[in-house]
Amino acid sequence: MAGLIGSSIKRREDPRLITGEARYLDDVRLPGMLHAAVLRSPYAHARIKSIDTSAAAALPGVVGVFTGKDFADVNPLPCAWQAGGVENHPNTPRVLEIDRVTFTGAGVAVVVAQNRYVAEDALAHIQVDWEPLPVVVDAKKATEPGAPQLHENAPNNICMDWSVGEESAVDQALKQADVVIKHHLINQRLIPTPMEPRGAIAQYLDATGEFTVWMTSQAPHVMRLLMTAFVFGIPETKMRVIAPQVGGGFGSKIFLYPEYCLVAALARKLHAPIKWMETRSENYIATTHGRDHITDIEIGAKRDGTITALKVETYANLGGILSTIAPGIPTTLYGRMLSGTYKVANIYCKVHGVYTNTGMVDAYRGAGRPEATFVIERVADLVAKELKMDVVDVRRKNFIPSNEFPYDPVILRGLKYDSGDYQKGMQRALDILDYKAFRAEQAQARQQGRYLGIGFSSYVEICGVAPSAWIGLPGEGWGAGLWESANVRVHLTGKVVVTTGSQSHGQGHETSVAQVTAEELGISVDDVIVQHSDTLGTPFGYGTYGSRSTAVGTVAVYKSLQRVKEKARALAAHLLEAAVEDIVYENGKLFVKGSPDQSKTIQEVAGAAALAYNLPPGMEPFLDDTAYYDPPNCTFPFGTHVCVVEVDAETGHVQIKRYIAIDDVGKVINPMIVEGQVHGGIVQGVAQALWEGAIYDENGQLLSGTMMDYAIPRADFFPRFELDRTETPSPVNPLGVKGAGETGTIASTPAVVNAVLDALSPLGVETIDMPMTPYRVWKAINESQNGGGA
Amino acid sequence: MWPANFEYVRASTPAEAIDLLSQNDGAKLLAGGHSLIPALKLRLNEPALLVDIGRIAALKSISANGTLKIGALSTHAEVSGSSTVKGYASALAQAADHIGDPAVRNFGTIGGNIAHADPASDPPTVLTAYDATIHIQGASGARTVKAADFFVDLFTTDLQSNELVTAVEIANQGTSKSAYAKLSHPASRYAVVGVCVVLQMNGSTCQSARVAVGGATVKAVRSPSAEAALAGSSLDSAALDAAASAVMKDIQDYVTGDVSFPSDYRHAMAGVYLKRAVRQAIS
Repeated sequence: MAGLIGSSIKRREDPRLITGEARYLDDVRLPGMLHAAVLRSPYAHARIKSIDTSAAAALPGVVGVFTGKDFADVNPLPCAWQAGGVENHPNTPRVLEIDRVTFTGAGVAVVVAQNRYVAEDALAHIQVDWEPLPVVVDAKKATEPGAPQLHENAPNNICMDWSVGEESAVDQALKQADVVIKHHLINQRLIPTPMEPRGAIAQYLDATGEFTVWMTSQAPHVMRLLMTAFVFGIPETKMRVIAPQVGGGFGSKIFLYPEYCLVAALARKLHAPIKWMETRSENYIATTHGRDHITDIEIGAKRDGTITALKVETYANLGGILSTIAPGIPTTLYGRMLSGTYKVANIYCKVHGVYTNTGMVDAYRGAGRPEATFVIERVADLVAKELKMDVVDVRRKNFIPSNEFPYDPVILRGLKYDSGDYQKGMQRALDILDYKAFRAEQAQARQQGRYLGIGFSSYVEICGVAPSAWIGLPGEGWGAGLWESANVRVHLTGKVVVTTGSQSHGQGHETSVAQVTAEELGISVDDVIVQHSDTLGTPFGYGTYGSRSTAVGTVAVYKSLQRVKEKARALAAHLLEAAVEDIVYENGKLFVKGSPDQSKTIQEVAGAAALAYNLPPGMEPFLDDTAYYDPPNCTFPFGTHVCVVEVDAETGHVQIKRYIAIDDVGKVINPMIVEGQVHGGIVQGVAQALWEGAIYDENGQLLSGTMMDYAIPRADFFPRFELDRTETPSPVNPLGVKGAGETGTIASTPAVVNAVLDALSPLGVETIDMPMTPYRVWKAINESQNGGGA
Repeated sequence: MWPANFEYVRASTPAEAIDLLSQNDGAKLLAGGHSLIPALKLRLNEPALLVDIGRIAALKSISANGTLKIGALSTHAEVSGSSTVKGYASALAQAADHIGDPAVRNFGTIGGNIAHADPASDPPTVLTAYDATIHIQGASGARTVKAADFFVDLFTTDLQSNELVTAVEIANQGTSKSAYAKLSHPASRYAVVGVCVVLQMNGSTCQSARVAVGGATVKAVRSPSAEAALAGSSLDSAALDAAASAVMKDIQDYVTGDVSFPSDYRHAMAGVYLKRAVRQAIS
């Protein structure tokens, strides 16, 4: 049906979610299933001298108690993305640690019991003889002389030192700059907190040697690959991975986790299905965290506001042990995006990936790009402040002009920003805002002792992450490819089944992919179903993250649809006794050019293809095609977000008065889904600025270990968002799409921080670490030059 | 989040609940469960027996007969929605309306809340400011205690192990004006600081005042100095500044804090929120 692409049809996923019919991992129950509970280290750094499991094993209802030594034959988990072009010193988890733990929450023993209550009871009866070791939680301190050493192969706790750009050229540019500004930034650690925690269920059949593993995963095909090829050393064909309805991930469910492999190993050992479902407490200590950078920046600029040099040094905390793609996040996805929306002639960034006695850190919504955007969007404001220029003028002065796309920022190692018009998004934001009126209102409010502030964030990000040849081992270090595949099958009745290697855990692929399919084939969207997330029956895919499912996965579907249409035309030509070149395919009908009355519907053609009574010579039956898509470039969504705040100087409380988001995500398939993504993204990004923060004490204990302390925002913390879009199609793919899953998170954090600091500028407040809690804002005001006693 | 084993009995009368408490060491009462169940799930508490009093109808009523009497099992939603409560003690209805979220307010009870005595919870502060009377029933009969004496310390009350709260009672406050001002913790919505004021007004002059502070303190505490600073004043900004300083002085031995909201901040905010509560009460 025409007009489906670009239409806000309702998500077909929602009825089952709203009515509770959706089946999540915890709803899966197998006959004879046993339950596992994991004993986790109470210490952030300790040697395991011995473990006595006898008392736990003796409890009624306990089937078995196991330690790491029982799984010495199971390989450690792989690190699948090591930083490209440099030496890495990876250390990865085992299903259960054997000798030593490097963070609080590492698994050291497991109880399998008839039910989870008994399993939990038994944990208390396991006796571990610990030898606590010195702890370091701060990434910079961990690299200093005398710091506790976590891993033998990583002197000074350095996993890798990586850099981008020419240091000498940047130093030279800094020398020549009219002004040089130095700044220190902390991008604090966050806890992803999907609504559904993690879990896995494994079943093993002795007769065939085959595993079936259900797991909460954003990438079931990759999980199968990593588990079979690396952890168990068995053929891929011996495992089926199913990700049932997955309740959000925000990146934290991309990765292979010890518990997923543990339940599989247990199922094989005990000849019974084994289930492990994470508690929220476990989710906070044992599932990956995000961000956690300590960064020093040096900026060189001309008097007219032109940014000429940017030198960045970042200590990226990777945690006590490496998660699946940890080293790639603060390198490729951070360092290579530091130019932002600006022409910066000289950029150098050095990243130290550091082990500390904290939970694993890996991709969290935005993954590297929020950290990069935070740096460059603070830079824009710092330059404005130093030169007493308007923050909008500095941005506009440095924007990459729209006629310079595709733009090569050099630090992207050959990739180019695909398309963009940064002035346009900024202008749209200013129009909606009425910037002049705001500045007047702000001046007036300051007279009355009220502190209004405005913050801008003009971002660009990298989505649709692929080209395999660019990101793969010889380039950026990614240990695989990043193409996607799809299969389109038009059944005899004309109903269409699309299977995709992408995985949907809230993104609405079942709706948006159906829209593309129905539009292309000219059929009703109700005649399309989209299947995903089971390695049996879906083609291979690398999974859903980095806003790549539309720009890569759905383009694979599109490619397949073109080939299905081509075959349908060939068959229609045969049926209509015409030449193929003369067949027009329009609105689901195939006819000879100029004779629309004599048409065959796609359903009729599909039926003819399936029945195969009358096919042209050599044509195979059925309309069916599988396509593989490896894009030539990534896509680069962009836009401008604006936040208006009022700071209560008496309490430090920040109120968001307005939030305007102008995003350009290329062509839009379903505007409602995009708006939903933008809303959720803004909320998470604003939360980093104002509320969320994982806090470890100096002993490596997570103080923000429950939702009573870790502040996930609520709807009433926000005003109504003012959203708009510009639409600059991506030339990279035939759909013109870019990606919309992370823009809100990437853009919003610096917009809020800039707004709060703008509000407090009359008080002389220079900087406040995130989250900008009322306490920190209040303290900054009290300690500022003009704020004391305000 | 898997509790340890416990036995469960549903009591149909207060007397039956008290018997069960007397006969079973370490038994805990279950009312709305919004403090107890999370503690069980985290295994911070492992009672052998839960005595469920949640369905004892006699403890649910809200009535006014010269004084306001709220049954212990009245939920926060019932308290906040009650026109009777609004008429007698508007700050209590207002505070109850900002506890947690709707699910919490529909299950959590006023009796369970005060028996738990979380220092960051709102009702203890408000009841202390209203000088409420807590009705308690035990094996040896019924007794009453004033709110200020009921809250002893962090998570500690005057309740004995075999007693239960049956009701809270607030005297007729006449034409007084009251308000509760709270800085909510962004995660839990408990009070980082909460201040409740009850002001007896004569025209624009404050005849007398009661002030209580929670959240910032290890328990809900009255502030006699702040009350004295407000009494007799026209509640102008000089009086409010004096009261703010006074409340900070009165609570200094009780101030508490954590890594997100340290005690110096909470201490200062007690003064700020006192002023806000007064302004709100007379607005």
